[in-house]
Amino acid sequence: MKAGVVVFPGSNCDHDCYYALNSIHGVDTEYIWHKEGSVEGFDLLVLPGGFSYGDYLRCGAIAKHSPVVDAVVDFAEKGGHVLGICNGFQVLTETGLLPGALIRNKNLKFICEYVSVIVENAKTEFTSYYNDGEILDIPIAHMDGNYFIDEKGLNDLLENEQVVFRYCNADGEISEEDNPNGSVYNIAGVINKKGNILGMMPHPERCCEPLLGGNHGYYLFESIKNFLKGV
Amino acid sequence: MGVYDKFKYPGVNLKVAMEMGLKEDEYKNACDILGREPNYIELGVITAMWSEHCSYKSSKKHLKKFPTEAEWVVQGPGENAGIIEVDGKICACFKVESHNHPSYIEPYQGAATGVGGILRDVFTMGARPVCAMNSLRFGSLNNDESIHLLDGVVSGIAGYGNCFGVPTVGGEIYFHETYQKNPLVNAFALGLVDKDKIFYAKAEGKGNPIIYVGAKTGKDGIHGATMASEEFSEESESKRPNVQIGDPFKEKLLLEACLELMQTDYIVGIQDMGAAGLSSSSFEMASKSGTGVNLDLERVPVRETGMTPYEIMLSESQERMLLIAKKGFEDKVKEIFDKWDLDAEVIGKVTDDGFVRLNWHGEEVASLPAESLADDAPVYDRKYAEPEAQKQIRNFDPNSIDDPGGYPAILARMLSNPNIASKRWVYRQYDHMVQTNTVFLPGSDSALLRVKGSKKGIAVSSDCNGRYCFVDPYEGGKAAVLESALNVAVSGARPKAVSDCLNFGNPEKEGVMWQFVKSTDGMSDACKVLNTPVVSGNVSFYNETESKAILPTPTVVMVGVLDDINKRIPSFFRKRGSNIIIAGNFKPDISASEYLYKIHNRLEGSISEIDLQLGSRLIDFLTEAAEKGIILSAHDVSDGGLSVCLAEMCFKEGIGASVNINRDIRTDELLFGESMPLVLLEVDDFHLKGVESLLGNNNILFEKIGKTDGDSLIIRHNGHLVIDEKVEAAAEVYDESLGELMQ
Repeated sequence: MKAGVVVFPGSNCDHDCYYALNSIHGVDTEYIWHKEGSVEGFDLLVLPGGFSYGDYLRCGAIAKHSPVVDAVVDFAEKGGHVLGICNGFQVLTETGLLPGALIRNKNLKFICEYVSVIVENAKTEFTSYYNDGEILDIPIAHMDGNYFIDEKGLNDLLENEQVVFRYCNADGEISEEDNPNGSVYNIAGVINKKGNILGMMPHPERCCEPLLGGNHGYYLFESIKNFLKGV
Repeated sequence: MGVYDKFKYPGVNLKVAMEMGLKEDEYKNACDILGREPNYIELGVITAMWSEHCSYKSSKKHLKKFPTEAEWVVQGPGENAGIIEVDGKICACFKVESHNHPSYIEPYQGAATGVGGILRDVFTMGARPVCAMNSLRFGSLNNDESIHLLDGVVSGIAGYGNCFGVPTVGGEIYFHETYQKNPLVNAFALGLVDKDKIFYAKAEGKGNPIIYVGAKTGKDGIHGATMASEEFSEESESKRPNVQIGDPFKEKLLLEACLELMQTDYIVGIQDMGAAGLSSSSFEMASKSGTGVNLDLERVPVRETGMTPYEIMLSESQERMLLIAKKGFEDKVKEIFDKWDLDAEVIGKVTDDGFVRLNWHGEEVASLPAESLADDAPVYDRKYAEPEAQKQIRNFDPNSIDDPGGYPAILARMLSNPNIASKRWVYRQYDHMVQTNTVFLPGSDSALLRVKGSKKGIAVSSDCNGRYCFVDPYEGGKAAVLESALNVAVSGARPKAVSDCLNFGNPEKEGVMWQFVKSTDGMSDACKVLNTPVVSGNVSFYNETESKAILPTPTVVMVGVLDDINKRIPSFFRKRGSNIIIAGNFKPDISASEYLYKIHNRLEGSISEIDLQLGSRLIDFLTEAAEKGIILSAHDVSDGGLSVCLAEMCFKEGIGASVNINRDIRTDELLFGESMPLVLLEVDDFHLKGVESLLGNNNILFEKIGKTDGDSLIIRHNGHLVIDEKVEAAAEVYDESLGELMQ
């Protein structure tokens, strides 16, 4: 399998994703420059966190016009696996590959800290190494991570088991108090209906080694690596 | 029509020069060097170059006393940043710099551009920034102005650092009324660079092109360096246009483009445009290399039409660099900057006549001898004397303070005091994990980073106790160095080198200059004993408003190296049932303590002579104990004394402690008094003997004072229970109080 980490101007978790995939998980990984028009030869694309184009407009709004994004959309529509983390998630909602939108945190401030999220769907190809109801300690770092979706959209998500991660407390209980950014239904990550595009605000690449205080993100990369190993 | 008529520049005389900020003898000196009167553009350039901020004219003489060399020092002071060896060819490049004045006028942009400037200093040398820190000072948080400033500064640091993608891994904040109108924003950055890939500000090779890269030049920040060299007055609030505007996205692109360029062999030198913009960068490059430069200012990319050569030379627009390419490689350089959507324009060339010559559409509008203006910049041997009031401050009698009793309530007040309370409200806004190297999260004694591709770790701590420096600048200077060294050493790392940021009032006042001289004497002595040379830094004078100076604040950032990242020592209790040892100089004293200041509202007293040799032995002990893996956790005892430091060790894991200390002293002194060097150690039974003998071998006094136990902090004095508090409740007070104040 081969993974590609898309680099927009202003991406700043590109090196971290590369390190997690390549150095920790041993996956053949390459950077893909945003001016590239093709993503041929890749099995997994990661849209990393950061501030693409400075995020001076709406987060991810300009990145969506990069040449590479057309290629990513094409790749995803053909069933290719795409993981959007933080700013990458924002790009995925901007392009319409994932439903909903990410708006400013309810406290209007940037928030960086370890949070608890509960695995709502361990049947996806990104989460098969987890179990339903498992609680992950995982860092968030964002200013605009407040997931918004209308009621109809939320019902669709629930019906199709598209909510993958939700913010919770250390015991797995879900309440507004443990919702760091104000997301609808405490949503931290969603997947598309087909199950090949995952977007999440928390950073799994930041918790892949005990040295950094946690390794709960490790298993996300292992899951998708295991799924794609045959290709 | 010539430039001078076109832009209606006034004629130059002493009056004009003085209005611009030059002193009478400085103006005469400038005329002597030139052999004539400068014209208006030249005067502007000279004034900026000779400002306190750029020339260090009041401090130069005293900075010479700092030790600057050691086997591991690759680059000492005098470049954009200092460099030390970490592991083989992997080096750490770092510097701390003030951005105080702009941050008062416009806190968000002032702080943001402070971060931007220090990051550029680091990556100009070829180093990729891997962490940022900051040392901040504000007035007491009991008024809207302080709250506004703290909120703005923190947002500015977050806004810039987070977008740029550098983790802000720690720092310090202190509140005292003298900083009310003179907040301090000292920004630090550290990058990694290979020893054979370090770049310098060289303008070598006659005919080599000078290329301007990065953001366009605008009218922001003109005279910023001069502003930072004056006291504040009522008028300063109208100086907002002097503050620069930051664009972290552009800086991120500039970083990537510069680092990509540095992998090639297209360039000979590079210099960032910081204070005094194009003026100082062109002068520094030419004077350091003994060459000259010839610039065509109309070729400088500008943000707006109608900018004059004067404005172009003095603009402090951010995110700009000057590079000297090898002749013939101009297009190759441009190609890289094109890729990153950045401007790159050839604006001149290197010459060999020793002059900085500025042209405007073919007309020479300034010609200044680079070396003599740099070398003959004014140097002052300012008078200094201990102020009369200092004796009064020293004559403090602890017995004039009643021991108030009610210790649990006092402990709660100490823990909720913003000077001690958790800074979580602040660091939660900083991305402190990006780049995935942050091993110790903020809130530890030091930040600790792993170094990818190496077993080693880098520990960093920033410290300065302004109270100590105020009552005794000499001992206070020693304390700043020693405390930062201990904070690094309790992680197990060996303190290696210092970057400092010396924040003081108006040096033209003898009392302020005395504080400066004594503090730097103390720092210098401590750096010598601890073998931690000063490799970079900056001086910020004139931190005064309406003649009230700040507490002397020589911020010390200590960088240390941990040989094996897996042998790190955390600063919080790890398990119940282990032994608690206090080691070092345990002679708690309320003089100049946080307790005296916060609970009794007095800042006075004296500092007992700090035993630097003991500090050095304690560091030896800690590094050896880390290597042997015999300590579970360790914490430096500082602000708030024994009780506060014990509480801090309990919080992270919610592990309680029970201790008893027999001493014939007042209970408030025991609990809240301060003395240094002093550390608390957590040791399990199995390693107790080993720790005790290692302490003994290093001739360090110690005492086993109790055990970790249960979920309460219990302190007995001579067997009498004086504190019995639930850790969880105390932790809540500690964690939440700053956030509540900022609501």
